[in-house]
Amino acid sequence: MLLIDCPYCRQGRPEIEFSHAGEAHMERPADPETASDAQWEAFLFHRTNPAGIHFERWYHIHGCGCYFNAVRDTVSEKFILTYKAGEPRPAVSEIEALMVEKEPE
Amino acid sequence: MSHFSFPSLLAKAMGANKGWTRQWAKPQPKSRYDVIIVGAGGHGLACAYYLAKEHGITNVAVLEKGWLGGGNTARNTTVIRSNYLYDESARLYEHALGLWEGLSREINYNLMFSQRGVLGLAHTVHDVQILKRHIHANRLNGIDSEWLTPEQAKAFCPPLNISACARYPIVGASLQRRGGVARHDGVAWGFARAASARGVHIIENCAVTAINRGAGGEVTGVETTRGTIGAQKVALSAAAGTSGLMEMAGLKIPIECFTLQALVSEPVAPVFPCVAMSNTVHAYISQSDKGELVIGAGTEQYFSYSQRGPLHSLEHTIAAVCEMFPLFTRLRMLRNWGGSVDVTPDRSPILGLTPVPGLYLNAGWGTGGFKATPGAGHLLAFTVAQNRPHTINAPFSLKRFQTGRLIDEAAAAAVAH
Ligand SMILES: Cc1cc2nc3c(=O)[nH]c(=O)nc-3n(C[C@H](O)[C@H](O)[C@H](O)COP(=O)(O)OP(=O)(O)OC[C@H]3O[C@@H](n4cnc5c(N)ncnc54)[C@H](O)[C@@H]3O)c2cc1C
Ligand SMILES: [Zn+2]
Repeated sequence: MLLIDCPYCRQGRPEIEFSHAGEAHMERPADPETASDAQWEAFLFHRTNPAGIHFERWYHIHGCGCYFNAVRDTVSEKFILTYKAGEPRPAVSEIEALMVEKEPE
Repeated sequence: MSHFSFPSLLAKAMGANKGWTRQWAKPQPKSRYDVIIVGAGGHGLACAYYLAKEHGITNVAVLEKGWLGGGNTARNTTVIRSNYLYDESARLYEHALGLWEGLSREINYNLMFSQRGVLGLAHTVHDVQILKRHIHANRLNGIDSEWLTPEQAKAFCPPLNISACARYPIVGASLQRRGGVARHDGVAWGFARAASARGVHIIENCAVTAINRGAGGEVTGVETTRGTIGAQKVALSAAAGTSGLMEMAGLKIPIECFTLQALVSEPVAPVFPCVAMSNTVHAYISQSDKGELVIGAGTEQYFSYSQRGPLHSLEHTIAAVCEMFPLFTRLRMLRNWGGSVDVTPDRSPILGLTPVPGLYLNAGWGTGGFKATPGAGHLLAFTVAQNRPHTINAPFSLKRFQTGRLIDEAAAAAVAH
């Protein structure tokens, strides 16, 4: 079971308190009236689905009830960091630094 | 390739099982083929076989990054059925079921295909409504499908607990008698042997790392861990590897990968005569010929390529199985595993052309593609050979996510086997 650090509750809680809410930072077409079918397709359906670093949303459904974002490795399943909804996407350098830190000695 | 028959097996047995030969060749990759298939799972190997058999295209390589049949083909719970809701899906899965029915004989390999019947259990009014809707839709499509009362379900599957005070009461069940199971490894081996006998090259330990393109954007071949290999046609049949491969061609697709887990019990005497599935409590179960109960869970909630899953979801599945089949509460479980399944938004596969000339796609079978193995291979072979989709797979195009013509089996079955 994953242990997830909710950035609002600031404590690691078991996965069963949470519900996964898909890829993070998906931007809805700014002007829905003029967006093309291809733009809608990209927004609604295209996903990165990387084998590696993934930006994703989680919902602390049986806890504080907040949505937040996480950076997680989809191969090792390790959480690299979590941050509040609305905060900018962390830079690659920040993530890489954290990954080095977390590597076992 | 030596032909298998009762006398030939008997002769080997009398000879102390000496003198068995390789069932398929292990050639070195050539620098060029007419068609490259990426992924030696059941689907890719079936495609190679049908390309050779039905379209006369034998200069084919199947490239596999690991070992043949080591992906989801080796990890699934082998449920085969065709009782899907929508007309497009019914045609697709029934096409596959029709091919299964003569396959062991056709490829001279015992696939242990057993049409023992697939029960779909109903626990609630909603289950009854959705299963009956399926049954009516199936029958309109000429697919065998029937409704059983709890007593009839119990007669068909004696371990079933139909007591009214059960935690998950059984209020009825759907039954597809032609559904069943087959031996997953045997399917990969049988197709590999039959394809190899027709000249197809199966090349293991050969990961595709780039897709090469010509001046007009058309496919010219692939880069692999064993060198550059040329081909005008490349068919991707790589399940969980698909997003990465499509990205190599500059394309994003609507697929996300989740872990799906399964487990088997210690082997016991024959006790479970059919396949039983419950979508509501996320469990399905059958018994292998070896005697192990084969039990499958629901997908995990988060994306993963780890091919491992947490124990709490297995616990949930086992709890449900024990409620429905109290007989099994004292069985010990032998092993559990996971696979990474490639899931689309509408839970229907993508099988057809791509925006890149010469690049073909078969993916997104998610939690339920084993049953489609011969059908998917057959239709992919047609699509590659003719450079256009067969009428059966035409609705399953990549384009449907732009036009909005989804084939929404997602709503129809949460545990889609
Ligand atoms: C636990 C579990 C239970 C299931 N139960 C059922 C069931 O009961 N009934 C059912 O119908 N379906 C079931 N499924 C789904 C079914 O297993 C799959 O849909 C089906 O096996 C897919 O077959 P495939 O040949 O497309 O994929 P795979 O067998 O996964 O083959 C794809 C191959 O592509 C290779 N590959 C990937 N990337 C590359 C690359 N870059 N270069 C070279 N090779 C590459 C992989 O190594 C792999 O061998 C289940 C799946 C799981 C995990
Ligand atoms: Zn919280």
